[in-house]
Amino acid sequence: MTDTKLADDGLSLNRIGLYAVLLGLVVFYLLPLEAGIVTSFKSIRAYGQTAPFLPAVDGFTLAQWSSAVDQLSGSLFNSVLMAVPATVFSALFGSMAAYGLTNIDWRGQVGIYVLFVAGIFVPYQAVLVPLKRFWSQWVPLHIWLEPVWYLTGLGTDYAGLLALTITHIAYGIPICTLLFRSYYKSVSDEMVEAARLDGASIRRIYRRIILPLSIPMFAVTLIYQFTQIWNDLLFALIIVGPGDASVITQSLIGIGQSESVTNFPLQMAAAFVTALPTLLVYIFFGEQFAKGVTA
Amino acid sequence: MDSVRSWLRRRIDSVRSEQRLRTDGGTASDAVQSETGTGLRRYLDSDAVESAPFWLPAFLLVGLFVYGAIVWNVVISLTDYEGLGDPEYGSFDLENYRLMLQETGSYSFTNAFVNTIVLLVAFTLVCLVFGLVVAILVDRDIRFENTFRTIYLLPMSLSFVVTAKMWLWMYSSNGGFVNRALGVVGIGPVNFIRNPDPNVQLAAIVFALVWQFSGYAMVVYLAGLRAIPDEHFEAARVDGASLVKMYWRVVIPQLRTATVSASVVLMVFGLKAFDFLRALYGNDTPAVGTDILPTYMVRVAFGDASRIAYGSAVAVVLFALAFSIVLPYLYSEYRRGAL
Repeated sequence: MTDTKLADDGLSLNRIGLYAVLLGLVVFYLLPLEAGIVTSFKSIRAYGQTAPFLPAVDGFTLAQWSSAVDQLSGSLFNSVLMAVPATVFSALFGSMAAYGLTNIDWRGQVGIYVLFVAGIFVPYQAVLVPLKRFWSQWVPLHIWLEPVWYLTGLGTDYAGLLALTITHIAYGIPICTLLFRSYYKSVSDEMVEAARLDGASIRRIYRRIILPLSIPMFAVTLIYQFTQIWNDLLFALIIVGPGDASVITQSLIGIGQSESVTNFPLQMAAAFVTALPTLLVYIFFGEQFAKGVTA
Repeated sequence: MDSVRSWLRRRIDSVRSEQRLRTDGGTASDAVQSETGTGLRRYLDSDAVESAPFWLPAFLLVGLFVYGAIVWNVVISLTDYEGLGDPEYGSFDLENYRLMLQETGSYSFTNAFVNTIVLLVAFTLVCLVFGLVVAILVDRDIRFENTFRTIYLLPMSLSFVVTAKMWLWMYSSNGGFVNRALGVVGIGPVNFIRNPDPNVQLAAIVFALVWQFSGYAMVVYLAGLRAIPDEHFEAARVDGASLVKMYWRVVIPQLRTATVSASVVLMVFGLKAFDFLRALYGNDTPAVGTDILPTYMVRVAFGDASRIAYGSAVAVVLFALAFSIVLPYLYSEYRRGAL
């Protein structure tokens, strides 16, 4: 269909109309971001007087950004400390589970796999109360690992951050397994079978054949999973709560919010500080992100 | 341990050589053979045991944190636990569920339930329609297709907390874009997110969510469109079907799978709108028209009232709602062999 269509309309009015609509959509999708960026560079006096999508000539300032970075640096560190290991481990567990449930053929694996997949759709609310009790009563990491919090100088608040990391690993496994399984299905059974006939153990096949083959899929999974974990608010609110170990999404809520006025320039700067890691990931690895969401 | 393994291995090998011998012969008797195999042998089926180190740790984590927690939540919902000491697991009743149905008024369960349904349906439908239209446009052999696609999908990579802050500013009656634009045509300023009309509040939320996720529907539909064989387009063209007719009669019916899977995922995103509302309104009480079950649950369970068991019951309803959509979907996926 492709060639005929091009020949049909060439550079006709239709074509121009099409591009106009597409550009209009670009404006639609980018306008809130553009307005946010522009506003984040305005002084508090200038932002009310200028159009929200135009830069202010007189009122340009970096004060909002430096204030936002100041206020968020602690929780930015916490978010990295939590999101990086949570991402890596959920991807690793997902890859291993997908291998055990796909390339090795055994009865009942589809049943187990269905449980994994259904886990993707569980609304967090359905587990919040038990999770809160689990981490405070059953597995009180702040008590169990007291020497760690003391020796590292982090303080016991960070027990909540560790609990959050583990929770995110568990909740990331289902989607990671799904992503890897769809990929591992395309790995030829003959190759795995041949390796097994040659006497390679299941573990060896994973390390020598499957793992090297999955590098592109690891990129997709890590990117998708990092974005999900970084962006989450609800688990952090309930498991970490207020305190030194708050993650960045928690801190962003309260910034620039006083009783009487909302400091929008500061809020916008803070929003972009929060979004920066995921935006960078998206700009550099957009293709992988798209693969992750459509799997 | 080692001896068990080697025994298993020998056993496996003998079974396997039996099977290999028989592959050119009776497949039917094979099936009978495995049907009559003892339960124990089935469970110790070599590969299940040998592959366990790979899937079992992940399975235990998911089993504990997801399924264990879901069951535990159901149990708590049958108690009257309010956060002090331990829940009383002695006496179970459905009191919390009865209370839920009795609640009426502005911030009631019923209000949240209705809002949830309206939000999910409106958000999903608008996303699908909008996403399909954009996908059809992007599919028309355009230049810079990748760039357009990347831009349309970009909002989805942002946190709800970030997009909530952006829309707070967009909707602001104190110089925000939307009200400035409306001001040009002489309307407003309109207070969208705290409008006296609950429907306007909800519509404002749905609009922002559509902005964030319609790109996703577009990407799914685009993949669906690409999977339709070119001949179908050609055939429709030869038949002299107009462009609109071609899409309506030939293309859209073939996008059923894409529509179903996109709807399910969009609904799941819709249920996560808690983060968005929490950040938009700054506390656990959103405007009454936007109070959905996810925000309602967190407020009753973890707010000042601390009605934990009641919150658990609300969570059970939310879970049932989500899975009444997801389970049929998973079943159909299973039936068509996509799992």
